[in-house]
Amino acid sequence: MNTISFIPLLLALVLSPLLLGIINRTKALFAGRRGQPFLQTYFDLWKLLQKGAIYSRTTTWLFRAGPMLGLAAVLMAVTLVPFGNFPALIAFPADFLFFACLLGVMRFFTVIAALDTGSSFEGMGASREVFFSALAEPALLVALATLARQAGSLSLSTIFGQVSGGHWLQAGPVLALVFIALMIVLLAENARIPVDDPNTHLELTMIHEVMVLDHGGPDFAFILYGAALKLWVLAALVVGMIVPDTGTLWLNLVLAVGGMFLVAVVVGVIESLMARLRLLMVPQLLAGAGALAAMAFLLGLNK
Amino acid sequence: MTLLMLAMAALFLGGVVMLFLNGSSRNLFWLGATFVSLAAVSGCIPAIQVLASGTALQLRYPWPVPFGEFFIQLDALSAWFLVPTLLLSALSAVYAVGYLRSQSGKRPLGPLWFFYCLLVLGMMLVLLSRNAVLFLSAWELMAVSSFFLVTFEHERESVRSAGWIYLVATHLGTGFLLVFFILMGRETNSMDLTVWAEKGVHTPKLAGILFLLAVVGFGTKAGFMPFHVWLPEAHPAAPSHVSALMSGVMIKTGIYGLVRAFTFLGTPPLWRGWLLIGIGLTSGVLGVLFALAQHDLKRLLAYHSVENIGIIALGLGVGLLGMNTGSSALIVLGFGGGLLHVLNHALFKGLLFLGAGAVLHGTGTAEIDRLGGLLKRMPWTAVTFLIGAVAISGLPPLNGFVSEFLIFLGAFQGGVIFGGGIAVPLLALIAGLALIGGLAAACFTKAFGIVFLGEPRSKDIARTHEAGWVMRLPMLALAAGCVFIGLFAPVVVKSLQAVLENVTGLPPENVRDNLAAATNPLTFVVIGIAAFLLLLLALILLRRTLLAGRRVEESVTWGCGYAQPTARIQYTASSFIQPFTTLFSWLLGSHRQLQRPEGIFPPKASLATETPDLCHGNLYRPGFLKINWGISKLRWLQQGHVQLYILYIAVTLIVLLAWKFR
Repeated sequence: MNTISFIPLLLALVLSPLLLGIINRTKALFAGRRGQPFLQTYFDLWKLLQKGAIYSRTTTWLFRAGPMLGLAAVLMAVTLVPFGNFPALIAFPADFLFFACLLGVMRFFTVIAALDTGSSFEGMGASREVFFSALAEPALLVALATLARQAGSLSLSTIFGQVSGGHWLQAGPVLALVFIALMIVLLAENARIPVDDPNTHLELTMIHEVMVLDHGGPDFAFILYGAALKLWVLAALVVGMIVPDTGTLWLNLVLAVGGMFLVAVVVGVIESLMARLRLLMVPQLLAGAGALAAMAFLLGLNK
Repeated sequence: MTLLMLAMAALFLGGVVMLFLNGSSRNLFWLGATFVSLAAVSGCIPAIQVLASGTALQLRYPWPVPFGEFFIQLDALSAWFLVPTLLLSALSAVYAVGYLRSQSGKRPLGPLWFFYCLLVLGMMLVLLSRNAVLFLSAWELMAVSSFFLVTFEHERESVRSAGWIYLVATHLGTGFLLVFFILMGRETNSMDLTVWAEKGVHTPKLAGILFLLAVVGFGTKAGFMPFHVWLPEAHPAAPSHVSALMSGVMIKTGIYGLVRAFTFLGTPPLWRGWLLIGIGLTSGVLGVLFALAQHDLKRLLAYHSVENIGIIALGLGVGLLGMNTGSSALIVLGFGGGLLHVLNHALFKGLLFLGAGAVLHGTGTAEIDRLGGLLKRMPWTAVTFLIGAVAISGLPPLNGFVSEFLIFLGAFQGGVIFGGGIAVPLLALIAGLALIGGLAAACFTKAFGIVFLGEPRSKDIARTHEAGWVMRLPMLALAAGCVFIGLFAPVVVKSLQAVLENVTGLPPENVRDNLAAATNPLTFVVIGIAAFLLLLLALILLRRTLLAGRRVEESVTWGCGYAQPTARIQYTASSFIQPFTTLFSWLLGSHRQLQRPEGIFPPKASLATETPDLCHGNLYRPGFLKINWGISKLRWLQQGHVQLYILYIAVTLIVLLAWKFR
């Protein structure tokens, strides 16, 4: 248990909804609009928590349990991810496997809750969710295996302590490939463009948003907050790779938070410059991410 | 040892008594279940003792068969397989008391119980025997008794054909084993398996051939791709409690044989590890892909057995790579993960097959696309099935996660330290196992979601009834086992100590240290799971407080304002997996029959999809047709006169005699 890591944990809990605000503001800037306030997600969460709920008669207790199981899983995942140069709250060998499986638990029960409604829209979203995540999973683990080999360690905190800053000079190409692979996984897992468009108003084309169509009130607040945290943890993986260690606690903290915001801006820029891929093209993108990560592993084999 | 003999006697006696009473009343079923449970209890006690102490028990009697001896031994490896075998046998037997009630009165069920007891007895003897002839006899007893169980509903054509495929496949496998055993016997001049383990095979070429023979022979029983063809036929055809037993433990005797064979064959060269990892990846990925494409719940589960056998093979492959480099971490994690997955798979696959049986029993169909909404009608079955589904997807906090974690950990450790010859196959393993996990989650969200959630997809489902207590209790016990191993993972992993010492031959303290390296992260995982459950509890309380006193209403599912939805609008299993079948169409080769709706008032439209087995259609059917054609040329030998056949025998004997004295 690393006591100092309570600070990043607190930051994650407080700041994660802000990332969504930054993405939306970036997109608004590109589109020449004023855009929502930065704090819009907080307002949404607050409003949702005040509401009652309506449940479909088709649904069962699993529909009500899904959002809570998902949020609990991703909250647990937050404690396993290092933040910049801060080690994770809990660090142990192969902690990233537990991390990946917790995200798996979140997905499993989101999908189950979606299927519980018996709606074909939500079935469609659920089907695409399991499809894309099954293809993203190998890319994530191969990328992490490459990093583990570079750092000679199996714990996320040690790995990210090793690969930031100076390591880029020695093994730049390897890290760059892993970085791209992780970035693609981040976009896919968080249902962003080019995999999914969270802003479309057509249920037929969506993945994550359509899965949670029937949720409302506090349940939907849990889902929204869970999604923000999921974006935070995956962004933290990417940020951990690039942020250098300055040696000063506060400067490290500022750099890491700045890195997170930067990732949010990059996601916003990607969303503004790209269209969503056709659904049939997404597997190629994800397989490509896996191939990049595998190539990085082979490049770094002599390490 | 007395207890073990008692167990075998109880099984034999139980089988014979049930055969002669040959009734179909419920009280009689209880008698049969009592015999099997008695055998399970008295067999598990010595097995658990052996696992705790590590010292083997043995018993030898002369047996007047050439090269034969009644030589049985209970060492840690046998005990590790014996415990799940006996437990699942007893639970399935209890389940059968409720499950067979629908059959009672229709036909005498004596033979079913008789062959069930013989199958359990056969599996016990396979695990215990240390004489090659005794082993093969037990192997045959197991194969033949399970054949009669598979063909129980023999009036259906599909069942008969499944039975034949099984019988042919299992005997082809036995053929390879026969060669394996003869070569081993010639090399070591003994038929004792203990002597084989002591002496070992030291010619690398012969050891390589023996390894391949063992992989094909035992792999056919285990269900390695491409020797798996009998599995998706036989498991759905058998009664569900038999499917649970066959899929949960019988196919594991193949894994047992393979691991036993490893102990004869000395330090493995690298290619053996590569081969097993290759087989594991093929079986795992293709198994789960074909499972995804199935519409029959039991057939889907059968393909998942192929997948899980693949995961076990991956573990064993990691262990072999470790033996090659002398890395005890890889040996312990690989074999440990593989062997623990044997136990885990017995628990969750047994559970899932029993659950599928309860669905079949309650609704009369196992067609996934005809089911739906069963959670409300069968709450107990649904919850236990959900536990099995989460466990088989390898997700925490259940048992599937623990064994896959060990295999992953081994692969990551090897992948970080070693050079290309080991790191690259391990990287393939990591990618493959991650893909398998993702696809398994897809498959079981489909299986659970379509069968138990939503609205019933056909009218007859509305009258569904929940399984009775007799059927529910075994399912609850298995689900409890899955939860227990998940929550007490470090303790369970430590109990692998004796069996790993036995299999790997590493010194005890070495095994202990390496197991500690695995239990250390698992302890953190368990703490994490506890925290997860606390967080969940907190969220439940938070939601309850938030919703207290507010308006909570019920309505219909949102359908874009459409007011008259029907159950047929729902997503089906076929539509759920459509992206997968499209992406992998080159591999799956699904047949589609589509009749489009035409005209302004289309009278009818239909879509039917079917995914036949890859190897069955492309590899075995043409091969066997050729063989059939070749053999038909010899038909003139077969005249139907007994005298002629006796002449053949006499001529053969004379030729052999002449050959002997040449």
